[in-house]
Amino acid sequence: MEMSLLTISYLFASITFILGLKMLSHPASARNGNRLAALGMAIAIFATIFLYESDGKKLGNLIWIFAALILGTVVGTLAAKKVKMTAMPQMVSLFNGMGGACAALISVVEYNHLLHVQEPATSTLAIIFGGLIIGSVSFSGSMIAWGKLDGRVKDFVFKGQHIFNLGLLFFIVALATYRIAWHGEIWMMYIILVASLLYGIFFVLPIGGADMPVVISLLNSFTGVAAAFGGFLYGNKAMLTGGILVGAAGTLLTILMCKAMNRSLMHVLIGSFGQTSAASLSGAASVGGSHKEVTLSDAAMMMSYAQRVVIVPGYGLAVAQAQHACHELEKILIDKGVDVTYAIHPVAGRMPGHMNVLLAEADVAYEQLVEMEAANELFPQTDVVLILGANDVVNPAAKTDPSSPIYGMPILDVELAKQVIVNKRSMKPGYAGIENELFYKPKTSMLFGDAKKVLQDLVAEIKSM
Amino acid sequence: MDSMMNWLQEYQEMIYVVILMIFLGIEVIGRVPSVLHTPLMSGANAIHGVVIIGAIIVMGQADANNWLALVLGFLAVLLGTLNVVGGFVVTDRMLEMFKAKKSK
Repeated sequence: MEMSLLTISYLFASITFILGLKMLSHPASARNGNRLAALGMAIAIFATIFLYESDGKKLGNLIWIFAALILGTVVGTLAAKKVKMTAMPQMVSLFNGMGGACAALISVVEYNHLLHVQEPATSTLAIIFGGLIIGSVSFSGSMIAWGKLDGRVKDFVFKGQHIFNLGLLFFIVALATYRIAWHGEIWMMYIILVASLLYGIFFVLPIGGADMPVVISLLNSFTGVAAAFGGFLYGNKAMLTGGILVGAAGTLLTILMCKAMNRSLMHVLIGSFGQTSAASLSGAASVGGSHKEVTLSDAAMMMSYAQRVVIVPGYGLAVAQAQHACHELEKILIDKGVDVTYAIHPVAGRMPGHMNVLLAEADVAYEQLVEMEAANELFPQTDVVLILGANDVVNPAAKTDPSSPIYGMPILDVELAKQVIVNKRSMKPGYAGIENELFYKPKTSMLFGDAKKVLQDLVAEIKSM
Repeated sequence: MDSMMNWLQEYQEMIYVVILMIFLGIEVIGRVPSVLHTPLMSGANAIHGVVIIGAIIVMGQADANNWLALVLGFLAVLLGTLNVVGGFVVTDRMLEMFKAKKSK
């Protein structure tokens, strides 16, 4: 009787995961979708604790389980509530790593648990090692991705790294196969564990920061697959559906992101970004020339007498927490009769949709955000483009310079507008580490300073006019 | 070959689920607007936290004298909870902003 109640709980949870994911893909239902999936998860967790039976035995160590659950809930909630909107991508990466570590730990404990009795069946071993390897790679990879986005870990490339990575991967697979099929030594599991952790590190290290969203999305789907291995291990359909669903959806999302950047997944994975950017940096000296600066009052003047202003937000806006100041500027310009639009590049910021979330936080109306294609049609009829801390997404080198690492990426054609004002903190290159010739064009004027400060000053300037 | 067949036999139901879920996962998010990419990734991140069920089972079956298993199991449940709770709360926070804007 109880067993069937457990089955129903898992079925319910699986349905909420599917519906939740479906609802998450529509703006109106997204929030409820997330809550529905959370409800299903809670039911699955409590059903497992109280109803799960194996060989007629219920689960023990309930005090430990509840202690871990409560501690995790408190810490998780606090961390998720405290994190700044700008640090969101790191947070997702961090939580993803936790899930990967969880999957790997399950494999470690279950491996030792089963070995106490006897050598497990080949298929069981294969499942355990699958979860172990993928979970570990996801964990250490996510930690590195987190560190990179947080500015704690620098890109690190050494000669022959691809060969080394391939060799390491081959070693892991070969050793695991030997252990599973030919009943190798028991301790080999620990070697595989360590090697997988190392692989995760070396897998993410050479990948450039600009590609990090793709990597996080990919690791996200890895963890999904690792969870699905757990589902196989326990014949648990909730874990299986949840895991595979995320694995498949995550892979698709990864591909969608790659498409938005016009980069092949292969290129991202072998980390070509890090290599070519060094090469084109040396060639960037030829971009050279001089840039011209614009004063605050001139910039304020240009914008308030424009017919149409398009704002291009980038990561600089996010780090400066300038979304509210930006909304202020937009309101005051609209009061002056200026048509204001935001042009959102698919990969502006550090993650697709990052800018939308930030601007939504500042109450910017949905209708004012236009996507890249629509924005590019708008630019020829635009008087002033205000670029706030965006760089690579407006770099014309993506169109003109085949040697550039971002060559081929679709960009916002801000050059089509009459005037371009670029707000940056300095002339330093953007995240991809490449120079931007846009800054040296005659149409372009630079407005240096922290985005928030500059925007506030602009608002004050326009008000006093 | 025989063992392969046995394996397919043993797990056939699961394999069906896997195949259907792969198509469903792709179908379900196929038409997502790019505005929702970040919340969707975050929500999916929370859903794979379902791995915590495995952690709870491991923990619950651990021998009360086996300290290594207890400590590792405890860690697994803890990390799994962080994944689930943190993931859902972060996603909710992101989506809250969309809602605030909608009501205007």
